[in-house]
Amino acid sequence: MEPVIQVSRLVKRYGIKPALRGVDFSARAGEFVAVLGPNGAGKTTFLRILASLVKASSGNIRVAGYSLPRQAAEARLRLGMLGHQPMLYGDLTAAENLLFFARLYNLPDAGKRIETVLDQVGLLRQRNDLVRTFSRGMQQRLAIGRAVLHNPQVLLLDEPHTGLDQEACEMLDALLRQVASQQRTIVLTTHDLARAAALASRFDVLSHGKFLASTAADQVPPDGILAFYRQALEAAR
Amino acid sequence: MSPLRLYLRAIAAMTAKDLKAEWRSREMFSAMLVFGLLVIFIFNFALEMKPAERGALTGGILWVTLAFTGTLGLNRAFAAEKDRGSLDGLLLAPVDRSAIYLSKTLSSLVIMLATAAVLLPLYSLFYNQNLLLPGILLVILLGCSGYVLVGALLASMAVQARTRDILLPILLFPVAIPLLVAAVKATGAFLAGVNLSEIQPWLLLLAAYNLIFLAVAFMAFDYIVEE
Repeated sequence: MEPVIQVSRLVKRYGIKPALRGVDFSARAGEFVAVLGPNGAGKTTFLRILASLVKASSGNIRVAGYSLPRQAAEARLRLGMLGHQPMLYGDLTAAENLLFFARLYNLPDAGKRIETVLDQVGLLRQRNDLVRTFSRGMQQRLAIGRAVLHNPQVLLLDEPHTGLDQEACEMLDALLRQVASQQRTIVLTTHDLARAAALASRFDVLSHGKFLASTAADQVPPDGILAFYRQALEAAR
Repeated sequence: MSPLRLYLRAIAAMTAKDLKAEWRSREMFSAMLVFGLLVIFIFNFALEMKPAERGALTGGILWVTLAFTGTLGLNRAFAAEKDRGSLDGLLLAPVDRSAIYLSKTLSSLVIMLATAAVLLPLYSLFYNQNLLLPGILLVILLGCSGYVLVGALLASMAVQARTRDILLPILLFPVAIPLLVAAVKATGAFLAGVNLSEIQPWLLLLAAYNLIFLAVAFMAFDYIVEE
């Protein structure tokens, strides 16, 4: 089975400063990969390149069977992304925000899909409220709804738990498990090792623009993720 | 659905979103209107024009006012998306990215024309000079569309910089000089009742400016917004 995400020899430089230095990566359908790494490791740059928001300096990238940047629009149709910012409009209601994105993705039966997604993220009752009246946690929940609205084959999550309260984190985790169970590919960057251990089926450690280690979650003991992470970083020193 | 229909649907959705959000907040429109009124007032008191001089100066005053107010709106068109982090949401849309540029151009044009629709009658009132003539309305349509076509493109460049508020006018005014000269000349000529054949070159220059910058934007926008 062909990997859903296939990256080889990926290099990204900002000026002369390298952010990614010859990265190789692949993920199959149904895999939930947690990309772990310290600040400045290149995690966000890596996800933004997969999302076609940032152009790679060199390397080959295929997402959902489409080559980037040549077939970026086709790849974007099949991926959802949740970044640091919720990417929402404060002067529109929750339902209007989702309707806007449904139109961009040309979703059939958008009204029904929006109701389902709002229900999943626990905002059905607030569907007609302006987003600028929402708390940070509510905005992030709606942003999750935006990211999964078009049922993407690939879901890219850049530290999605940041700023969420415990209840919202649990809701997000439940939603991510549900998405993963549908044979979707999820790549999550996080500093929260315990959360990564609870969600992911694979852990990859990225540091200084290089993947240092990769392991299936079932190869790591339940409380062993911190040891695996430290060992990967130590070995690279 | 054909790729062209998808593309047009995306432009329509993005434009409608911008206009709906603006209708609710009136953030840009009110700022542009107040600024435009202030410019008209200041020129009125500063120049103390005699009736005979009004025709000659009206084109210049009108287009300085429209250019300044237009710049205010254009500055916010991309900056607002960047500030709230929603620009990435648009860039993730599965359509050619020129759709973002065209939607921003359309929504900025609607807001600029709405501002002009309020300023023109007020200008006519203060300066006792009727500007509501079909020829002048055509010049305003062509001039404003050319101004937002180039302005939206430069605003998408300036938004990446920290000094974007200062950068946009510095980039925009020199590039817009041919457009503003043609618009001022055509407006003055219509007010003076000059033959249409003499005004035609200015109108053609305005139309050509629109086409050139539309083509440039189609080719360049994707490179401008990609990091």
